[in-house]
Amino acid sequence: MDALLLHRLHFAFTVTYHYLFPQLTMGLALLMVVMKLLAFRTGNERWNQASRFWAKIFAINFLLGVVTGIPMEFQFGTNWSEFARRTGGVIGQPLAMEGVFAFFLESTFLGLFLFGEKRLSKLAHFGAAFMVFVGSWISGFFIIVTDAWMQHPVAYHLLPNNTYEVSSFWGLLMNPWAWLQYAHNMCGAVVTASFVVAATGAFYLLEKSNEEFGRLFLKIGVIAGLISCVIQIFPTGDFHGRYVAKYQPAAIAGMEGLFRTQKGAPVVLIGQPNENTQTIDNPVPINDVLSFLIYGTTSAEVKGLNDFPPDQRPTALPLLYYSYHIMAGLGTWFLLLMLVAAVQLWRGKLYTARWILWPILLSFPLPYVANTAGWMTAEIGRQPWLVYGLIRTAEGYSIHVSAGNALFTLLGFLGMYSVLSILWIVLVYRFIRTGPAAAAVLPEPEPATLTGV
Amino acid sequence: MGFVWFWIVAVMIAAYVVLDGFDLGVGILSPFLGRTEDARRTLYRSIGPVWDGNEVWLLAGGGTLYFAFPLLYASSFSGFYLPLMIVLWLLIMRGASIELRMHIDHTVWRSFFDGLFFVASALLAIFFGAALANVIRGVPLGADNYFFLPLWTNWRVSANPGILDWYTVIGGVVALVALATHGALWLVLKAPGELEARARGAASALWVALLVVTLISLPATVAVRPSALDNYEAHKILYLIPALVVATLIGILSFTKQRKPLAAFLSSCFYLVFMLVGAAVGLYPTLLPSSSDPARNITIASALAGPHSLHVGLIWWSLGLILALAYLIVSYRLFRGKVTAEAGYGH
Repeated sequence: MDALLLHRLHFAFTVTYHYLFPQLTMGLALLMVVMKLLAFRTGNERWNQASRFWAKIFAINFLLGVVTGIPMEFQFGTNWSEFARRTGGVIGQPLAMEGVFAFFLESTFLGLFLFGEKRLSKLAHFGAAFMVFVGSWISGFFIIVTDAWMQHPVAYHLLPNNTYEVSSFWGLLMNPWAWLQYAHNMCGAVVTASFVVAATGAFYLLEKSNEEFGRLFLKIGVIAGLISCVIQIFPTGDFHGRYVAKYQPAAIAGMEGLFRTQKGAPVVLIGQPNENTQTIDNPVPINDVLSFLIYGTTSAEVKGLNDFPPDQRPTALPLLYYSYHIMAGLGTWFLLLMLVAAVQLWRGKLYTARWILWPILLSFPLPYVANTAGWMTAEIGRQPWLVYGLIRTAEGYSIHVSAGNALFTLLGFLGMYSVLSILWIVLVYRFIRTGPAAAAVLPEPEPATLTGV
Repeated sequence: MGFVWFWIVAVMIAAYVVLDGFDLGVGILSPFLGRTEDARRTLYRSIGPVWDGNEVWLLAGGGTLYFAFPLLYASSFSGFYLPLMIVLWLLIMRGASIELRMHIDHTVWRSFFDGLFFVASALLAIFFGAALANVIRGVPLGADNYFFLPLWTNWRVSANPGILDWYTVIGGVVALVALATHGALWLVLKAPGELEARARGAASALWVALLVVTLISLPATVAVRPSALDNYEAHKILYLIPALVVATLIGILSFTKQRKPLAAFLSSCFYLVFMLVGAAVGLYPTLLPSSSDPARNITIASALAGPHSLHVGLIWWSLGLILALAYLIVSYRLFRGKVTAEAGYGH
């Protein structure tokens, strides 16, 4: 195996694993704020207990997000040193800002939120929950700004030593790509959290325990789920997709498996890209839709892969194609499921409808898959560029770190994260098993540790 | 601008060492002081609410280093690849052990994480000390500003050293002893009753070791890197720094004997700060010296990011630091005073 591939796998694996945790905590932080707000508005103490129950699951996921996040910042230097050297003058900025503005805030207010309920006033405790939410969403923003600059570099100039420097601070932060991607990504985090909350509710109702909480979880999960699933597709997904089409047309061609430039380009629902024949095998196409989605007219011409020089086409075409199709397919499933569930909720029949509770329960892993597939679409679609149009992926890695050393540490991370996964499953299962009724008791104001007991 | 950012990064590293230092020290001492479950709970509780915030200084410092000195970040992080990856694994294990231990009330579960907490804390201290010693000793920088160091070669200080040689091992031992002392003094401040007395005993015993390794490390540094004295010779007043190191050492002992735990702990904070400042002065304006050819040193001038980024950075960094200090004061005030084993430990 060559070193470049191993360095890519190293980053891909560690970042994919890391993002399993923030996508839940960022979404859950918002839902916990909503729960606290509902407790205020309705005076129903159950919402406070619900937020306390989710705070425990939040804390474990937050911890795992923290410890698996540290390697991400380091890997720019360890595995991608040439990239780090040339772009530090730009993306060092948002990365350092994340540390200074988000991490300090989160680590302080998480402790206050988890253990301050007895010590703080109701309003102050709500404030702490709100600050945890703000901190985690600021953190996400700076990471997206970083990635957006790699996808769509703006506000930079080249220095004589062949490195890049930011030319406009606000230009970097206001990169349109960043805001579109941020909206789409954060909405995806809310989808994950909504599905996890709703699935837990469905689980309680199906096993006929903690039913009062089960109904609350389903209610908030389905409503938040429906809203986020709609926004995920329109406007965020739609706008983001059109922006990609404008600035990374080769990526769109790869995502859609559009081998040849054509007018009235179709969207292929299912089918296998065949690079040998340059066609889609067994396609189920809907004609004209791609042209319409991108340009608003069914007859517009969409550039196919054949119109791009070979060294500018996405390098892992089938993976890109499947990532995108899995994301979009699951997104459609989420919308249908939540639509049906919301109708049943409105009719007052959701809590007893086993035929819909089961799919809600079984669907909880799917947003994780969809969010991961979405990120794979973005990052594989950017290939062969590391910074689009500026630095190729093959130019960015640490040439002095041999394949043997990269594989050694990749295996180390695989092993360590396997163990973390087991611990995570055991603990989250125990929390759900113990149930939210235990959260009726206020936590003591003296925390044992950050996530405490 | 280079001067300013050099010291900003240095301050952030020093803040990390002082703050996470006592966490690590508590971990290093945990098997020796945590003889009973109650004592162990007190140990965890003494650092529980603050350890994560302390660790943020490492991340924020790393990010600031990346932003201000991209070449240094790129070169040193890839060159110190193996030890850094091991540090990452240790940080993961340590964070997990502190936070997961409490969640299942089973003796095997807890013992496993107790062991992990100790091993990870001790190795982290050693690696951090060795890392600093590597920077002081220098690394075999190539013409392209990069290098790659194996974990060890022949344990000698030569033009082609490993991460670990006799000098960097001394650096590791100094860090181990210094952070253990720092942790013991923190516990004198935070722990009640018998544990406080045991921590005080540990601090006194460790003090002797700290004196010895400090006095060994200073001449060893001059022997390994004679040019470390250049700045001191140019500005004799800088010799005040090693004098202050000695003064803080005396302070640690005498304040401990006088039962002034806060003063003793602060002395230990300043001991760590002055040791780091002393090293920074020895390096300045070099950031990463070459072990073979001084012309290949990575310096502030060669590594500094572009002027516009740095100007803008100064504004948000100052703002961010004010906020960070405010959070720091809030959390330490909120969790001030002695901790106990019982209260709030509900199962």
